[in-house]
Amino acid sequence: MRSLSFVDFVSLISAIQWTVMLVVLALAFGAPLGLGLATARISRFAPLRWLAASIIQVVQGVPLLGLLFFFYFGMPMFLGVQVPAILAVTVAYTLYTAGFLGDIWRGGLEAVKEAQWEAGACLGLSVLQQFVHIIGPQALRLSLPPTVGFLVQLIKGTSLASIVGFVELARAGQVASAATFQPLMIYGVVASLYFALCFPLTLWSRSLEARLDGSR
Amino acid sequence: MALVEVRDVHKKFGRVEVLKGVSLDVAEGEIVTIIGRSGSGKSTLLRCINALETIEGGEIRVEGRSVHTRMKDLRLFRQRVGIVFQAFNLFPHLKVERNITLAPLLTGRTTKAAARALAEEVLARVGLSDKIDAWPDQLSGGQQQRVAIARCLAMRPHLMLFDEVTSALDPELVGEVLKVMEEMARQGMTMILVTHEMGFARNVANRIVFMHQGRVWEEGPPSKLFTAPETPELASFIANTK
Repeated sequence: MRSLSFVDFVSLISAIQWTVMLVVLALAFGAPLGLGLATARISRFAPLRWLAASIIQVVQGVPLLGLLFFFYFGMPMFLGVQVPAILAVTVAYTLYTAGFLGDIWRGGLEAVKEAQWEAGACLGLSVLQQFVHIIGPQALRLSLPPTVGFLVQLIKGTSLASIVGFVELARAGQVASAATFQPLMIYGVVASLYFALCFPLTLWSRSLEARLDGSR
Repeated sequence: MALVEVRDVHKKFGRVEVLKGVSLDVAEGEIVTIIGRSGSGKSTLLRCINALETIEGGEIRVEGRSVHTRMKDLRLFRQRVGIVFQAFNLFPHLKVERNITLAPLLTGRTTKAAARALAEEVLARVGLSDKIDAWPDQLSGGQQQRVAIARCLAMRPHLMLFDEVTSALDPELVGEVLKVMEEMARQGMTMILVTHEMGFARNVANRIVFMHQGRVWEEGPPSKLFTAPETPELASFIANTK
């Protein structure tokens, strides 16, 4: 055992970068996949709608911890290869993000009136043009507050990656706490760091909600 | 050859047959007004002409080409046919200028350099030159509807369809929209309108089509139809709308 030192705080703060990296990776892969799921959910082709709905149901119905375990411990069992923690964790968070954003964005797309599609079609625009220029931007405005809200969930959710040994903010806290036997202090700092990351986003989400009444 | 030829068109919504064999010809430059009670199939017929609805039987030809037989160039067709709706359907996230220029730009009918001038030109025609930089929700209903008309005009349509375009407006705003439509009529635009504005039907239209129970019940020039209706249904309809 050693006493709490400045180094511990530095290690905690520098661990934020891994938390942020995990969030960025989850969004980089999960957001496009989520967009695909959202558009598949409103597709005219029924099997595509069902497939997307099932994926969303499964992802939302399984605890995030379950996803992490599945890809970290399950994959070696099924595939016979040990996947690196970073890979397993990225896949799990990508699916998690896609499942939730897909559902949020589907709601946004459905909230745009059918007549808007029609107005675009009547001007001779293709379905893709209608989506990109007319429906998408309106849906995005409607979905922005809940999207930012999900981002907060995602940031806090990355702490679960510590379970499979991925060193991010929460794991760094465990390490420091084990070394110094100052759990209260260490986890207090860890909690305040999460709060410092999430609180501005919560404020942003709230101000978006007030500003974007969906009409423009 | 008529610009629009509707031949024995049948249309069902589920089990309800809303069009029971409708035939109608509209010549180039003609202004045809469709009147009738709600549920008589007038709006549905208009939507079928633009292929917004599929049809179960018959044929609709515009400029000699069948509209519903899996036209590969449905988009090109729609670029030549303007339709204005009761609810305006402007794009709320775009300013007036962009509402007007979006489709001409995306379909290659104008260039970025010429787009602003195009918007100015069509807005002048509907008397809204000063609203080019406004957001749709800053406009009154009548102004929004005139922007919707300008948005169609920017596509240089050969045919304009109007689906009860004044029905959602406050009474004092109806006149400004009708004035724009009268001006378009004077300039020779082919127009098919579904309307409850009997004054407009009487004064501007070349021909009135009275629809009843999914059929063209009676048609003819306004002078004849309004003064000497042949069927009791039209007579009672006219009596009720006076």
